[in-house]
Amino acid sequence: MKKILFIEDESALQKTFGDILRQEGYEMISALDGEIGLRLANPPAGGGKPDLILLDLILPKIHGFEVLKRLKTDKETKDIPVIVLTSLEGIGDVDKVLGLGATTYLVKAQYGLEEVVEKIKKALGE
Amino acid sequence: MKLKEILAQLNIFAQCKKYGLPLWQCPNFLFLLMGLIIIGSTLGVYLIGSRYVQDPQVVALITLLVTAILFIIAFIVTRSFERLVEANRMKSEFISVVSHQLRSPLSNLRWVIELLMSGRFGKIEEKQTEYFKILKENNARMEELVSDLLTVSRIETATLPLKKKEISLEELIKELISEFEPFAKASNVEIELKSEPNLPKIFADPFQIRLVIENLLDNAIRYIKDKGKVEIKLGKRGESLYFEIKDNGVGIPKEDQKYIFQKFFRSENIMRYQTQGSGLGLFIAKAIVEKSGEKIGFESEEGKGSTFWFALPLK
Repeated sequence: MKKILFIEDESALQKTFGDILRQEGYEMISALDGEIGLRLANPPAGGGKPDLILLDLILPKIHGFEVLKRLKTDKETKDIPVIVLTSLEGIGDVDKVLGLGATTYLVKAQYGLEEVVEKIKKALGE
Repeated sequence: MKLKEILAQLNIFAQCKKYGLPLWQCPNFLFLLMGLIIIGSTLGVYLIGSRYVQDPQVVALITLLVTAILFIIAFIVTRSFERLVEANRMKSEFISVVSHQLRSPLSNLRWVIELLMSGRFGKIEEKQTEYFKILKENNARMEELVSDLLTVSRIETATLPLKKKEISLEELIKELISEFEPFAKASNVEIELKSEPNLPKIFADPFQIRLVIENLLDNAIRYIKDKGKVEIKLGKRGESLYFEIKDNGVGIPKEDQKYIFQKFFRSENIMRYQTQGSGLGLFIAKAIVEKSGEKIGFESEEGKGSTFWFALPLK
């Protein structure tokens, strides 16, 4: 079963995605801030790394940009596809995120739930 | 105050950019201009004084007094102006923060409704579907309002992203017509596009132009009462592309016409309470078109319909 890490500070959103992703046959693990997100992305020996990371940008403790930068510069996590799912939609933000190595940039207001799930499947090569 | 902060305060261009105002409306620039006027006035007072007053000490005193008075007036005026501009900037920033904070929960609400309506977690009764539809529509309205407020806030703080590229306006209009087709059909409205052949492409931000046409097209359909027609014309006029959209809707009452591009203004026509809208669409359209250096306008007659037009530079 493929594992998806969702780094998002809104627990209601965590629940919605948790339910639909589990129904689609994925395992979802949640992180409510950037610090926990980074820890779960690269757990100590024995814990499995996620196959995909769904990342919000406005996060407590460590901002999403910094989380993405650290994920993409760490050799242990740099190959994990990252989908950024955020409310920010400035061109500067999109360019920055894609420049840092994210697979896709999705603005929450512009996508339906099923469309986001499709993007996840695509990023996982399914 | 650190040296860096003092230098930043002296950078008039950066300060004006922060307020999102053109130079001639920016308090920092006006203060500088007032300074130059004071210097000119001081010299003038000195020259005139030395011609008519014999005692140089009296001339110096008069000059000093006039300079001091002018300086105090200039300072008070520009300071009050700066406060107004700063208050306006803070208001825009407040709208921007609130809108951003509202976006996430609104998206989640929409996703939850989609999830429930999909039947993934159990069969939905017909009555429940009806209520979910109401929830969905109201959520969409809130998302639209938040999006419009964010756009207005970005326009006012001059932070609306601008990414120009070569686009075919005709193609963009065709795309939009096809997106609006279900809404037009449901409103018994026929949309017709008349475009001159071989129109050149323009260099513009597709997202912004889309916002302008979307707002005009939405209004044209929305304000047709029972059944009607929307005609879009596209052509070249000099060094501009000219867009015109004509409807045979309810029109805008004469007394409301001068306010039509104002923020939050909604005309008191017969459709006022039957249609939904934030009153921000035309404000956004005007700001975008005028930013490109061109013009937007309209003609309207109550009961007969409206024609809105705008031009965009070819280069």
